[in-house]
Amino acid sequence: MEKLDILVTGVGGQGVVLASDIIGEAALAAGYDVKKTDTLGMAQRGGSVVSNVRIGPEVRSPMIKDGEVGLLLAFEKLEAARWSNYLRPDAIAIINDYEQPPLSVSLGQGKYPTDGEITTALKRRTNRIYFVDGNRLARELGNVRTVNILMLGCLSVFTPLDADVWKKCISQRMSEKLRDINLTAFGKGREEMENVRIK
Amino acid sequence: MKNNLQLLSGNEALALGAYHAGVRVATAYPGTPSTEILENMARFKDLYAEWSTNEKVAMEVAMGAAYTGTRAMVSMKHVGLNVASDPFMAASYTGIIGGLVIISADDPQIHSSQNEQDNRHYARLAKIPMLEPTDSQDAYELMHHAFNISEEFDTPVMLRSTTRISHSKSVVNVNRSRPAKNKPAAFYFNQQKFVMLPVYALPRHAIIEERIVKLAEYAEKFPLNRIIKGDSKLGIVASGIAYQYAREVFSEASFLKLAMTWPLPEKMIKNFAGSVERLIVVEELDPFLQQNIRAMGIEVIGKEFIPAVGELNTRIVAESSGIAGLLPDSEKDDILSPAEGLPRRPPLLCPGCPHTGIYFTLNTLGQRSKLVASKEPQEPKLVVTGDIGCYTLGTYPPLSALDTTACMGAGIGQALGMEKAGVKSKVVAIIGDSTFMHSGITGLVDAVYNDGHITIIILDNRTTAMTGHQEHPGTGISAQGQETSAVDIESLARGIGVKDIKVIDAFDTNALRESVKDSLDRPEVSVIIVRGACAMRVRKRENPRKVDVEKCTQCNYCLRLGCPAIQGTDDQVFIEPTLCAGDICGICEQICPQQAINI
Repeated sequence: MEKLDILVTGVGGQGVVLASDIIGEAALAAGYDVKKTDTLGMAQRGGSVVSNVRIGPEVRSPMIKDGEVGLLLAFEKLEAARWSNYLRPDAIAIINDYEQPPLSVSLGQGKYPTDGEITTALKRRTNRIYFVDGNRLARELGNVRTVNILMLGCLSVFTPLDADVWKKCISQRMSEKLRDINLTAFGKGREEMENVRIK
Repeated sequence: MKNNLQLLSGNEALALGAYHAGVRVATAYPGTPSTEILENMARFKDLYAEWSTNEKVAMEVAMGAAYTGTRAMVSMKHVGLNVASDPFMAASYTGIIGGLVIISADDPQIHSSQNEQDNRHYARLAKIPMLEPTDSQDAYELMHHAFNISEEFDTPVMLRSTTRISHSKSVVNVNRSRPAKNKPAAFYFNQQKFVMLPVYALPRHAIIEERIVKLAEYAEKFPLNRIIKGDSKLGIVASGIAYQYAREVFSEASFLKLAMTWPLPEKMIKNFAGSVERLIVVEELDPFLQQNIRAMGIEVIGKEFIPAVGELNTRIVAESSGIAGLLPDSEKDDILSPAEGLPRRPPLLCPGCPHTGIYFTLNTLGQRSKLVASKEPQEPKLVVTGDIGCYTLGTYPPLSALDTTACMGAGIGQALGMEKAGVKSKVVAIIGDSTFMHSGITGLVDAVYNDGHITIIILDNRTTAMTGHQEHPGTGISAQGQETSAVDIESLARGIGVKDIKVIDAFDTNALRESVKDSLDRPEVSVIIVRGACAMRVRKRENPRKVDVEKCTQCNYCLRLGCPAIQGTDDQVFIEPTLCAGDICGICEQICPQQAINI
């Protein structure tokens, strides 16, 4: 693998940073050089969150240049559209089909984009756009908060890293209480994406 | 020791490096992007780590420890060094016994600060050595060197990080371990060194001038200052994160990577400049390296095309270099603009935030929505001077509650200044509990002593919330989790001489309103302590509130709270049950004119 630039985005509280940490740790465990950086904004909750993860033989800048993201993993739809210009041509975008309107939308000062508008923004770069009903799937597994690991499962099938490496790194970052459900969520995400890919 | 690769943030690497360098006393006041350094130090049980009241105290505690031969470290954000600059300058004069390292974590791009000052100037001002990592590996290794330099040259050493170094993770080969316990702390009588009376300080000045000359000689041999030979057409001098961007953009060029950026290795720079056809500096913020290299009589450019504002990235370095003719124009092709018309998602006060009620009170009492709507500048009926913390977010609509924010503790002095200048409006200063401990107490003393009439509202959420819930003197828990003495704000204010002190429940909107009105009318300094736990620390979220659509008249008054749980799509307001804080808050229920919000 020459290099892989992954952008993970979502809303504060959705577990973007943990998911991107696990990507980084899995890549290191698989023998790659890794750099990652998080932009959190000022507060811990409610704001846009984005993590850059760069994997390759040798990584310099921790931040991905716009136009070079190979894999976009978005836990919220609007946030996916926000980073559409960072995609490289033919990038893969995996998007949680979940909408959390920002306050400005609630106050009537902005409009939440339609699915069509979100897709149009992304299609400027790629047609490889996968929507996953992550919140519903995670809820069905018993804990909606595992959506980040479920989405990580979706992403994992597009990387050269083995499932076992992913599972080991997920296990290391979870308390005993949450380990099994997150491993199940990861498996569910992989399964979901395998199905999508066959189509 | 065999290779042990770990993915560490810059802050984690700095802490681990310090631990492996044998640090025994670590101090800090929380501040983005430096906070995690002390948090990581505090996890080690075989050293002493403290959250200090502010950066000045943190610096003084670390100095005291270093005077006893103990290795000590103090970490802070860039503006923290402004607060600590007095003992910082003194530490340069006295020197140390045990190594003393001062970490300044700067914030280019102002991710979470009030400015983007370049603290490299401080090292030059204080005439002390400065080291700058380009990634976590450097951060880990430089810490080892920093302590050795400190002790070899009897000087504090500044280690300068930036947000992008501190908050990025990269691979570190952890190849050191903590040394066995060094000799016990002991302070030895030495007035000429430690008492900065004029008679002793002037000779110390001569010593630091000699010291900086010796350090400049040392910089020539410093092992982490490195030349990377490439194409001789272009030579690039870089340090910190800018080095990484430049290496990525100019993959063919020759590089001088400076890990020690003060004092500069003049001979090394001259040799490097002589080996290349053209010399440039790629650096973030000020032309610090550039100006100092130019002062050596070397022809060099940098800030003529690299922006001085904001943080850099590979795109900015590539584009600005393209414009300067250093790269082919192909760099500019194929850039997309961001998708248009997307609503922003700025950070907000959380659902159940104990600041929302008081801000709503100030907003309505001061009729502040009118200020925002007015095209002409208006005098607020009620001026609210603000401070630094989560509560600074109350500036944004719909609360629009703050008129000023400058630096830690500034609001109280500013409020008094406005009153003494004779402004017609009533003036309120609003400050968080941790910020009050940091820098608010002296302002309160000033207001009492000078017979002010201002009202000071202390938002007491029992934590340093914005930086991630660190303890502070008011919580009675130490950085390492021990129970200690809590400073009681109410008794403190009383001791200072404040007579009108009210303690109000942050979620009781009537009490908030009545207490503010009462205090504003009094011809004396008033203190209102608004007490309520930070919503992020409350785990129980019972009985989320609901909107009764039968009673709701869609007046949207509840949306003026700016609560993220209250959402108004398709004309009908609803409360998102997974976000609502429920019973701990209930503010929307109290303010709804139709009583349409309930359990």
